[in-house]
Amino acid sequence: MTSISGILEKEKTEIKVYEPKPYSNPYLAGVGLGLVLLAAFLIMGRGLGASGAPSSVIAVVVNKVAPDHAANNNFYKEYIGDGTANPLKDWLVFEVIGVAIGGFISGSLAHRIKGKVEKGPNVSVKMRLTYAFIGGSLMGFGAKLARGCTSGQALTGGAMLNLGSWAFMFAVFGGGYLAAYFFRRQWL
Amino acid sequence: MMPYYKFNYFGLDTSLVIAVIIGIGFGFALERGGFGNARILAAQFYFYNMRVLKVMFTAIVTAMLGLFYFTWIGWLDLSLVYTIDTYIIPQIVGGLILGIGFVIGGYCPGTSIVSAATGRYDGMMYFAGMFFGIFVFGEMFPWLENFYNSTPMGRVTLPDFLGLSYGLVVFLVVAMALGAFAAAEWGEKVRFKITGRIKE
Repeated sequence: MTSISGILEKEKTEIKVYEPKPYSNPYLAGVGLGLVLLAAFLIMGRGLGASGAPSSVIAVVVNKVAPDHAANNNFYKEYIGDGTANPLKDWLVFEVIGVAIGGFISGSLAHRIKGKVEKGPNVSVKMRLTYAFIGGSLMGFGAKLARGCTSGQALTGGAMLNLGSWAFMFAVFGGGYLAAYFFRRQWL
Repeated sequence: MMPYYKFNYFGLDTSLVIAVIIGIGFGFALERGGFGNARILAAQFYFYNMRVLKVMFTAIVTAMLGLFYFTWIGWLDLSLVYTIDTYIIPQIVGGLILGIGFVIGGYCPGTSIVSAATGRYDGMMYFAGMFFGIFVFGEMFPWLENFYNSTPMGRVTLPDFLGLSYGLVVFLVVAMALGAFAAAEWGEKVRFKITGRIKE
């Protein structure tokens, strides 16, 4: 009996190794994130960003498909530039590639890489994916209107004590809490 | 003197290598903090897990104190650090849209990249949606341009706006963050007592 339970015990611990580890202490993760941001400020003289890179990609695609159309649009023109430099040879594009790599490394080390859908128990996978697309669209639109997202405005501008970024940050939380009630079924 | 790039310590190509390294740190910290998981991010808006507030404000305070310190000892020329000009009304409206999108989509642009990189299909859908939203914005830009450029205030910081010294505003932000952390810890306990819902 003892040998069987011993084997079972051993199996249990071996399986346990591959279970996802709990997330870090939030304050510790926050200090880490803050130091990365500080490094960007001190080394590069700029902060972090996430929505700038997709904008560059879209501007390049629109410019390839319909160059006249892009040339008449100040939004695309700003990302394409004057044609002397490749718009994808951009700091934010390379930074975002790093974000994907860094997220993958951290997830791998903690056994958190898994093909799954994050959702509440009362919503179907199809519904959740539809909402994810709609939410992403709204945020893409909103981030462009606000000249940045939670990375470029809230984090970066927040640490710089930028007035517009602080107003933006409170607006994000305000919008979120206003909408939360109507979308509670998706999460709770 | 810092920022190094602005004083030509290295060129564009080196800066792109640094971009990838800083990006890796950024993505790593986001994933560690639990930001690759939409349920944790959305929980912020239902008060049962205040991780978003804790991680974000700790990061802002850390970087803000670093900027203040390096400026104070004279190693950093803060005026050379790029910051976006304020256009107050478009930024508030954009922020509101972003907040609503946050609750619907469960991510913000940066966290959706981490989520997609760790295999989450909802993160990938969100990421695709973000491209669509930016494209719609681009196509509508000729009509939005006037509003987009309205209420310009230039490069303006909280110390400028409030007429207070840089050091005092830094102190006030730290005090506010500590208050918010205490409220968040207390709120999570109260929420747990009422619902019995454990945070992840």
